[in-house]
Amino acid sequence: MSFGGRVSVVLGLLAVVVGFAVWGVVGFLMPQPATVDFTAAKSTTGAVDMTVQTVPAIGFGFQPGWVSYLVQDPQGQWIHSTIWKLPAHTRVNMTILQYDSGSPLRNQAFGQVQGTIGGTADLNGKPISVYDSNSGDSGVGHTFTVPSIGLSVPLVGVKATATNTCGSAPCTTNFDHNTLKFSFETPGPGNYSWQCFVPCGAGYLFGNGGPMSTVGYMGGFLSVVA
Amino acid sequence: MSTTSDEPTSPAAPAAPAASGQPRHMRRMVVIWLILAIIGDVLFYTLVAHHVPPGTMTDTASANQFDFNVLFLAALPVLIAVWVYLAYCLVSWRASRPGVPDPVGGPQARTNLAAQVGWIATTTVIVLGLFVFGTVELIMGNGSGGGEGPNPIWTPTSASILPVQVIGQQWKFTYRYPTFGGMETSDLVLPNNTTIAFHVTSLDVIHSFWAYQLSVKADANPAQDNVAFATTQETGKVTVRCNELCGLWHGAMFNYGKVVSKNDFEAWAKATEAKNAPNTKLLPPFSWTYVPDANGADGGYYPTNVDPYSNAEVYGANPVKTTNG
Repeated sequence: MSFGGRVSVVLGLLAVVVGFAVWGVVGFLMPQPATVDFTAAKSTTGAVDMTVQTVPAIGFGFQPGWVSYLVQDPQGQWIHSTIWKLPAHTRVNMTILQYDSGSPLRNQAFGQVQGTIGGTADLNGKPISVYDSNSGDSGVGHTFTVPSIGLSVPLVGVKATATNTCGSAPCTTNFDHNTLKFSFETPGPGNYSWQCFVPCGAGYLFGNGGPMSTVGYMGGFLSVVA
Repeated sequence: MSTTSDEPTSPAAPAAPAASGQPRHMRRMVVIWLILAIIGDVLFYTLVAHHVPPGTMTDTASANQFDFNVLFLAALPVLIAVWVYLAYCLVSWRASRPGVPDPVGGPQARTNLAAQVGWIATTTVIVLGLFVFGTVELIMGNGSGGGEGPNPIWTPTSASILPVQVIGQQWKFTYRYPTFGGMETSDLVLPNNTTIAFHVTSLDVIHSFWAYQLSVKADANPAQDNVAFATTQETGKVTVRCNELCGLWHGAMFNYGKVVSKNDFEAWAKATEAKNAPNTKLLPPFSWTYVPDANGADGGYYPTNVDPYSNAEVYGANPVKTTNG
């Protein structure tokens, strides 16, 4: 092989190696979950029905010990994603299955249900507008909060005395859990960030690192389209 | 290329007399500069000045707009002077032009007392003048909308000041109104024609409360009460952004507030106070600073060697009152 040919081969292999390295670094730094599309999932009433769950440990992936949200796609399969595509100006009937334990809120202001249709949420079939996170042995495990549209619902934690707790996702309703139901209306088209306001990133300073700072776990986007 | 004249003719010799055969360069440049500077300042003042951010929604916004305009009106002639000088040099002393003096060397290029004194005196006057102007504006504007810390030096004289506590947390601002039962809300609503004292604090890392149209910007530090003042003078929409990089969702840490009439504010405040009352009674007693459970909610959120808070009131998590801030 000529000198020029050998140089070409070396440069080509180097380009491949660099390409894989860049792909790996970017993939590590920017793990983007898949977008789950609900735009064609309107029910006969014109609303979108969504079911999500919060789990104390996802159980797989590069951080199996992290708390996380999961969403059930329109086909009924649990997806590890927090980016949800929704139609604009549409009622969303949300069911959240909360499998994680709770604690007192850092800011009890997030114990108030805000921005839902009717101003309440159903906790295991009973309407609540405020939950005292310092009362009882449940506390609040997470919140589902979309700051830019004023929506926030406290997700009451599973009691500390619970024995049949779920270890990894996806959890089934056979495990101890709380069921939160509420409805809200999507705004106009745009990307709206949402997050949990319980500092549940255990082991990270102020509890707001790790899963709290990684899209796909405790925060994501409502991708609202026309 | 050299000159045959004994008169100062280099570019650094601006006072070349006409008797040397050279035109009066300095006089020409000054005249050109003066005309362009006047035109520029007049155009800026008439066309742009009244639209300069942050507008006129508060007295501090108006004062800051005035400050920006003064600074620009002062800076524009300087900018034009540089451009005029450069353009004049390019035209009058370009190398291809016949009879131009040697651009480098000669006694006038090394020493020109008038030019040196003029340059130093002019720049000194400009810098010191702006220093005095800025200081006066900062004092007269009660901190000019900036955070003055827990013990403000410059305070407004208004007899009725509305305190609004701004609480930063990753990643959202909430607002507490101590004079309305201590209610906490996600909405920033303010009455018009009222002096507001913003008490800015944080429950975790450092944030910065920037209410753009109000021209208020104050750091939100944990366990610190950072006070900033503004007096509203127009109704309208307010954009609030966090102005301190505070984590992943820093870019999402914004909200919109509004300045409304006093009657509308009273109606909103009373309705919100009543609506939030069930949750307000669960909040810790109002304090200028708070300490979230330093061990983290339910424990385990912090490294054991980190104690990020000083002695102040506990916010949430079975609050224990240690001091009153």
